[in-house]
Amino acid sequence: MTNEIYMENIMDHYKNPRNFGSLESPTVKHIEYNPLCGDKIEMSLLIENGKIKDIKFKGNGCSISQASTSMLLEMSNGKSIDEIKNLTKEDVFEMLSINLSPVRMKCALLGLDTLKNAILIHEKYGEKNE
Amino acid sequence: MKLLSMNEIREDFPILNRKINGKRMVYLDSAATSQKPVQVIKAIEDYYRNYNANVHRGIYQLSVEATEAYESAHDEVASLINANPEEIIFTKGTTESLNLVAYSLGNRIRDGEILLSKMEHHSNLVPWQQLAKRNNLKLKFFDLTDDGELDLSNIDELINKNTKIVSLTHVSNVLGTINPVKEIAKIAHENNALFIADSAQGVPHIEVNVKNLDVDFLAFSGHKMLGPTGIGALYGKKEILEEMDPFMFGGDMIREVKLNESTWNTLPWKFEAGTPNISGGIGFGVAAKYIKRIGIDNIENHEKNIVKYAYDKLNEMDNVEIYGPEKRSGLISFNLKGIHAHDVSSILDESGIAIRGGHHCCMPLMEHLGIAGNARASFYIYNNEEDVDTLVKGLEEVKRIFK
Ligand SMILES: Cc1ncc(COP(=O)(O)O)c(C=O)c1O
Repeated sequence: MTNEIYMENIMDHYKNPRNFGSLESPTVKHIEYNPLCGDKIEMSLLIENGKIKDIKFKGNGCSISQASTSMLLEMSNGKSIDEIKNLTKEDVFEMLSINLSPVRMKCALLGLDTLKNAILIHEKYGEKNE
Repeated sequence: MKLLSMNEIREDFPILNRKINGKRMVYLDSAATSQKPVQVIKAIEDYYRNYNANVHRGIYQLSVEATEAYESAHDEVASLINANPEEIIFTKGTTESLNLVAYSLGNRIRDGEILLSKMEHHSNLVPWQQLAKRNNLKLKFFDLTDDGELDLSNIDELINKNTKIVSLTHVSNVLGTINPVKEIAKIAHENNALFIADSAQGVPHIEVNVKNLDVDFLAFSGHKMLGPTGIGALYGKKEILEEMDPFMFGGDMIREVKLNESTWNTLPWKFEAGTPNISGGIGFGVAAKYIKRIGIDNIENHEKNIVKYAYDKLNEMDNVEIYGPEKRSGLISFNLKGIHAHDVSSILDESGIAIRGGHHCCMPLMEHLGIAGNARASFYIYNNEEDVDTLVKGLEEVKRIFK
């Protein structure tokens, strides 16, 4: 289908990203890049009692990387760390519900990579780490 | 074009008949890699079908034929840039060519300065940057003017008695800027520095005469000039190459080996260790011959016309930002305001249009321009005005979707 990836909800999240910005005093903060296109996502998380209490992201990149991150954060807020760790690529693709070429899949997964690596860093280095 | 008409040229490129998403394919990414004419494809097939053998090793018929074809490919490439065949080393491409110089020649440099520019492709930046780290050398950079040309205002300070190497892109793969390498090489030489040109975007598109430019080294890739991937060349002045240590050691590059010492083969073989990319080399030679047959001045003219046509059309559109100087080689980098280059190329792909979006391996240049990336349409001998018209229509569609 012609340009089906530019569906309304994706364009909506791209133009009006939810949870955009950064937290004042996050438990953990992490940046990931997509070296192919230079896209960048920075996430800050507030974690309390094994749960995500608040989460925000900043970044620049294509509509797919930004919109999928926005949608992902909307879905992750309030979830437990274990629930986040169990999120898969397929969950992201399902959330987007569009057909992506292998190159664009990388764009779509940048947010999930950032989120999961932030959690890993948090688990490895504990509360205070950025 | 004088000798061959556009249609005749397009017929040599079977891939141009492909349909993408049911549409006529418009290939506008020749700066990344060019398409290949049937002559090149057939030459590679012919080698594998009819005289596949290693080179420089057998005295039997097949090996003699393969050796002759591989060596005469050096002649074809050499004559395209007015070099002597022994000054043409086949490498796997521009990247390897530049690394070869940075290692073999660079490793000997123990102090001093290396001068580059802010518009370099990573392959003419990182090898020098890492050499500077290894050997404690100082890195310096030409700044750029607002037009995207080298800022030469402080050249007397940038090139001085401490300068050992000046390495610059001949033609920018993002801005299309054609740098005055001849003039800068002259100043480098007055200061006893060596001058290296990254001509990955030069040799395919404009006349390059190494004797006239008087550069010490010049690197380019076969795959950007109608040849196959995995093959390219390093031109080096004979007297410098003879002085230089080999880059890699092994078979083919030696004259005599004893258990504890070795001597090196003659040029260029001293720098071509191991079984080379024989089919690639043969294809590269045929590509060089094809370019000579069409005439580099005809290619240059054709690109000048098509890039002007495209520039005028893009310039007329709203919310298009174009990067680089007015006098440019055959490519245009641009952004549609507020739309990421990936989204632009993704939507264009639906219309069968192939353009590149991203940082084009020039992250410091992107930082200088203050952007994450841009879209680039690059042209070659087989592109026509219809391709540009399709691009413009496609861009209107992008703007409609992102309205
Ligand atoms: C200006 C410039 N330099 C160097 C390179 C590297 O060429 P290759 O990848 O063929 O080694 C390229 C191509 O991407 C280029 O455009």
